[in-house]
Parts: sequence; C-alpha cells; structure tokens
Amino acid sequence: MNTSADIKNEFLRSKIGIAGIFILLILFAVSIFAIISIPSETFQNWNNPEKWVSYPKTSVPSWVNLFMLEKIPEHKILVPENITNQNDEIFLTSNQFRFNYEFGDFPSDFMYNFNLEYTGSPLLEIIVIKPDGTILELIHTSIPHSTELTNYEQRIFSADDLLRKNILMQSNLYQFEINGLNSTDMIFSNQATREILNGEYVFVVNVFNKEFQTEFIDSRLIIGGKAFGAMGTDELRRDLAIGLLWGTPLALFIGISVSIGSVIVGLIYGVYSGYKGKKTDEAMMRFNDVIYALPALPFLIILAVTISNSIFLMIGFLMIFSWVGIAKVSRSMSLQIKTRQYVEAAKLMGQKDSKIIFRHIIPQMLPYVFASIAISVPAAITTEAGLSFLGLGDPSFPTWGQILHDANTYGAAAQGFWWWIVPPGLLIAITGLAFVFIGNALDTIVNPKLKR
Amino acid sequence: MGFKRYLATRAATMFGVLMITLLLTVLLVGSNMDVILKQGVMFQVRAEIIENPSIAESFTNPEEFEAFIQQKIDERIKTLGLDSPWYSPQRVGLTMYKILILDFGNATFLTSDSGSSNVGDILMEKIPRTILLFTTATIIISIIGIFLGAASSNKIGSVTDRITSTFAIVSSSFPVWWIGMLMIFLFAFVYQIFPARATPNIDSSEPGYILALLYHMALPLITIAMIGFGSWAYLVRNFMVGVLQEDYITAKKIMGISKKKIIYKHALKNAAPPIVTILALSLSGSLGGAIITEAVFDWPGMGRLYFDAIGVMDLPIIIGSTYILTVLFLISIFVADLLYGYFDPRVRRGS
Repeated sequence: MNTSADIKNEFLRSKIGIAGIFILLILFAVSIFAIISIPSETFQNWNNPEKWVSYPKTSVPSWVNLFMLEKIPEHKILVPENITNQNDEIFLTSNQFRFNYEFGDFPSDFMYNFNLEYTGSPLLEIIVIKPDGTILELIHTSIPHSTELTNYEQRIFSADDLLRKNILMQSNLYQFEINGLNSTDMIFSNQATREILNGEYVFVVNVFNKEFQTEFIDSRLIIGGKAFGAMGTDELRRDLAIGLLWGTPLALFIGISVSIGSVIVGLIYGVYSGYKGKKTDEAMMRFNDVIYALPALPFLIILAVTISNSIFLMIGFLMIFSWVGIAKVSRSMSLQIKTRQYVEAAKLMGQKDSKIIFRHIIPQMLPYVFASIAISVPAAITTEAGLSFLGLGDPSFPTWGQILHDANTYGAAAQGFWWWIVPPGLLIAITGLAFVFIGNALDTIVNPKLKR
Repeated sequence: MGFKRYLATRAATMFGVLMITLLLTVLLVGSNMDVILKQGVMFQVRAEIIENPSIAESFTNPEEFEAFIQQKIDERIKTLGLDSPWYSPQRVGLTMYKILILDFGNATFLTSDSGSSNVGDILMEKIPRTILLFTTATIIISIIGIFLGAASSNKIGSVTDRITSTFAIVSSSFPVWWIGMLMIFLFAFVYQIFPARATPNIDSSEPGYILALLYHMALPLITIAMIGFGSWAYLVRNFMVGVLQEDYITAKKIMGISKKKIIYKHALKNAAPPIVTILALSLSGSLGGAIITEAVFDWPGMGRLYFDAIGVMDLPIIIGSTYILTVLFLISIFVADLLYGYFDPRVRRGS
C-alpha cells in the first residue's frame, strides 16, 4: 500500500511528526554543539572537585535575575584587565580587576587565586577602589623567599583573618561600627549607611620585588554570588549547563542503539517462533520465558554491580532485557495473522517460510514495529537514567540520570534547588517525546486503521 | 492437546525457568558470596579462640599460634564444605536447594523493623507494603485505562480521543521517579500537604498506623497513577481500533446493534487477550519492579529493600528477593497464559 515516497509525503503533512523531527533535529544540533564547543576533558572532570573550586555552590541560573526585582548577586570569575610593569628602583607588577556591581545583595564571599613566578622575596598587596573613590587596603603579605626562579600558588579568601583585621584598622572611613561585619560586607557596603553600594569596583593587586621581575602565571578574582551561568550550579559547584549539554549525545546514543537493536531482534525472533509453532515455538518461547522471567531491573543492578557499569556494556544489558517483550507480542500477533486465509493459502502454494514471514506476516505488523521503536527509545533512556539515578551509572560518562542522582543525594527537593531537578528530567522527557511523536506519526500513516 | 495437559506442560516449563533464573542469580553473586562466607568463618574462629584465653597461653611462639588459628579455620572451612570452589556443582546445588525450600538464611547487615535478621521475616514484612502501594496503583491505572481507551476508540479523532492520546504520549516519556521528585518538591516542601518521606514515623503496632500509612501513601499513589493510566488507555484504544475493523463488527453494525453495545460487549471481549496479558504482567511487575520509585519516596517495600541490599552487598537478601520476585512473576505469567487460553482457544490447541 505504501511506497516510501508516499510515507514521506504523508509524514510531512503530519503536524506531530514534524514536531518530533524538529525536536530531534534540535537535540542533534545540541549534541554536535556540545561535542565541538565543550572540551571532553572538562566533561571527564565532572566528578573531580578540584576542577570546580572557583565555581559557586548551588547557584540559581543567572537568567532568573530577569524576573527578579531585587537582583541576586551573580557569581563572577574575573580575569585581570591590564597588567603594568613599572621599573624604577623596584619592580612593580600590577593586575587590575574592574567590574560593575549592580545587585540587591552583598556577594557571599570573594577569593583571589594567583600563581607567581619569581626570584627573591616579593611583597603582595591588594587594594580596592570603591565606586565612590574610597580606597581600602585589604592585605599586605610577603611571598616566601627564594634564591632561584620558583612558582608560588596561593588562594586568598575573604574569610582570611588578616584581611579582616586590615579593614578594621581603617574603620575611621566608616560612619558606623563595622566590628560585627565580615570583610565582604565591609568592602561592599556604603560607608555612610551600611547598605550595599552599587557601582564600579576596582580590585588592584600589586606585587613589589627588588631587583627581580615577577610574573603572574595565573591571576583570578572570584566574586562569590548566588547566580551563575545558563543553568546554575550544584552542591559540588559544578556548572550544570556542561553536564546537561553533554548528556544529550549520550542519551541519544543509548536510546537509539538499544531500541533499534532490541526491536529488530525481538520482532524476527517472535514472528519466527509464532509462525513455526509446535516444538520450535515451544523451545524458543521457553528461552524467551527465561529471559522474560528475570526481573529486569534487579538483574540490571546486579550486573552493574558485579560485572561493570561501563556505558557500552550497559547498552548490551539493556538490549538483553528489552527484546523479549517485543518478541512475546510479535509472537501472539503472528499467531493471529497466520490463521488468516491468505497466509494459509501462501503456505499451500508452497512458498518458503522466510518469504511468508517477511512478505506476509511482518508487513502486517509494521505499525507495531514502528510504534515499538518509538516506545523503546524513551524506555531505554529512562531505564539508563533510572540506573544512574540509583548511583550505578558509568562515572566517566555522567548522564542526566546521574545529575538527578546527585540532586537526590544532596536533598535538592528539600532545599528548593529546582534548577537542579527540573532541567535533567525535562530533557529526558523531551528526548523521549521527540521519538514518540515521530513514531506516532508513522503509526497513523502505515496503519490507516488508526485514522478512522 | 487437552487443556489439562496444556496446563501441566506450562507448569513444568515454568519450574524449569525458575531453576535457570535461580542458577543465574547464584552464579552472578556466587564469587562475592564465597568471600563473605569465608570471612565470616575466619571471624567466628578467631572470636572463639579469643574467648578462651587458655589456648593463647599454651603457645609461646606467636607464629605457632597464628598457624594454629589458620589450621582451625581451614578445618572449619572444610567441614562446612567451603573448600571446594564456589562454582563447584555441589556448592551451587546446595545453595539452590536451600533457596528452593525457602531457607534464605540470615541477612548480613539488614534487619526487619522488628529486629529479625532472618531473610524470610524481612521479606514477609516488606511484600505486603509493596503490594499495598503498587498493586493498588496498577488496579486504578488499568481500570481508568481500559474505560478511557474504550471510550476513545468509540470516536476516533474526537476531543476525548485526542486528549487521551496526547496525554498518553506525553506522560509515557516522563520517568515516574522524576515526577516523584517534582511532586515531593511541590507538595511536600513548597506546599506542605503531604509528607516527603513515605515511611510512617510511628510504630507499626500502634493503632493509628494504618491511617498514617495511607496518608503517607497518597503522594506516591497519585504520582504512579497519574503517569501510568495514559499509556494504558492508548494501548487499549489501539487494540480496540484493530478489533473494530473486523468484519463481524461491521456485520453487527449493519444489524443495527448500538455502537456502545458493540464496543463494550463484543469488541472489548475480542481485544481482551492482549489486554489481559498486559494486565497480568503489570500486576506482577507491580510486586517488585518499583525499586527507583520506592527509593525516591522512601517507601519501605521490596524495592527499597533490594536497593539497600545492593548498597551493602547483603547477598542473602539479594538472592532471596530475586527468587521471590521471580516466583511472583512466573505465577502471573502462568495466570496470563491461562486467561489467554481461555479467551482464544486457538492458542491452547497449539496448532
């Protein structure tokens, strides 16, 4: 009844099918974008806390500020704007961090990260120029003496006691008692009113060194906030946007390979068994029963724990358990179809079994096949996500399910971290929907019965 | 082939299937089990020797003492039959025999609420709770699904049909446990209507326990039913649509029998075999296939038990619950087969 051109034409007329294809194309585009733009190295460091120290903890996505009257402070990772080298009697290397602070609340903290290459015994000084022109001296510290060229790395935290004492010594700049405040609040408050002072801040880092030149290998100022990036961050300071983006190609890969593999195997197995009948059917169905009777999820868990949780083996395990259902239904359908007269006629005419199966029985079941592939993709994706959710995922390929696992572990629901729970699940659902839409559209085309 | 003989062969093959499943489970966890058993013997022997200080005093050389302990351990391992490798037929056979007579032994770490570490006791405590939640949910889902499906097949393309189909499609792609997380977030924390943990926090012997349990059950039940009935309705609709194309239905229409009567009396009966099969399978699936949902809602049933057991590698419990799950599953397949044979005599004639 249907040439492939017919199917194509009719498919293009189906709104739901177009919607499915459209979503799927977007997902493929996202996958390609993720693979190209985010180095896989970043992604493989997903479970390495060292990589994420400069990110904020559980921050809302920064676009949330669009809907807020009182802007949530954004987390900023600043790189120095200019580096000047003066050469009088002593060498001065200076880094400046200039930024606009326009939020309704104080930053949660700040941190200065640096790595110096030097000889001798340099001095490091940090001062801040506030929007109103006031200059606060934050810290003077000496870098350990070295007679040869060395590297020195340090982090200066806003909670540093020395830093706080230094500001307290400048309390005459303030018109109120600053003793009870932490240093971040002191720096960012209006000296007259104690409220937040918005405007342009400049943090200046000076390194003085006698006789020798000093060089910054790394220099970053982090202003801690509660909003970050397109998707926010989680409890372990990871940028969720990276995890979500990379999850897309992984989910597509898992879903498509499992569903196509298992539907083809299940269909041929089931139809052959039902068509042959008698002892062949009995033997094949007993084998099918064995696999079918294995409680799938418990076994998947045992397999993941005892054998391996590698993602490729997981795909294989998922296939083992997902073809049986399809085989079972295919068999009962072929049992019904083979009692129809035209199949019996074909048999009497002496046609080959394979020909009857592929010409007369399987075409009758095509709608079911298409529906099965469509239904299997989301099922495969959700099962993998479920296993990952239980903490049994492949740690070298963090998927959406693993993000949800972490969310559950850290009590994201109880603490109201919606940006950690909603997007991964929504992506799982949208990916599933794309396939179901496509399958549904195909279903109505190849199976005109459903239209009436 | 008579119906009795059909039943007998089915039962026999089911038993074979059960044995194979059991063997597979034992083989998969066997090596771990062996290590744990041997460690248990070592601890036991050492504890016995330490309890009896006179033995230690009779040795002057610590190396000799150590050798003595080792010898004792080896003896004990030999008497328990643990000296042959774990995959030896005798040991696998013995393990399987014990499981078959429902002797699961004692759990390594987990206990039941009453404190018993007997695997049988633990399972007996968990199974009713799982049945309470998931079987109830499955029944609700299937009833809504069958009637909604039949109603939509009545008027293909109508508003009911479209809404049902759309809802089925959309809901089937959402993982239940994720919806569970959202429901907990919304209805336990943002709007504090239901408790977040589904485990009642009062003792099971107190009179208010049943009420507390039902109250704690509400959120998971709503979640499961909400996500489940759509795909049921869709399946039933598609089966019905297939049946409604058949000639005898057209004949009935020409005879002037009302469409409602055709659908509920004739078509539904003929669409019954696949529906019943799926019903039986999902009922049995409901007995243990909700590990993730139970983990999310912290529901103290079989799924949670299984997950906890995997977490600490409590092998007697893993083997015991896998066995029970398989048995329940096989029983339901068996029942599904019976019903299938009842509805469609062609099947049982087997030709």
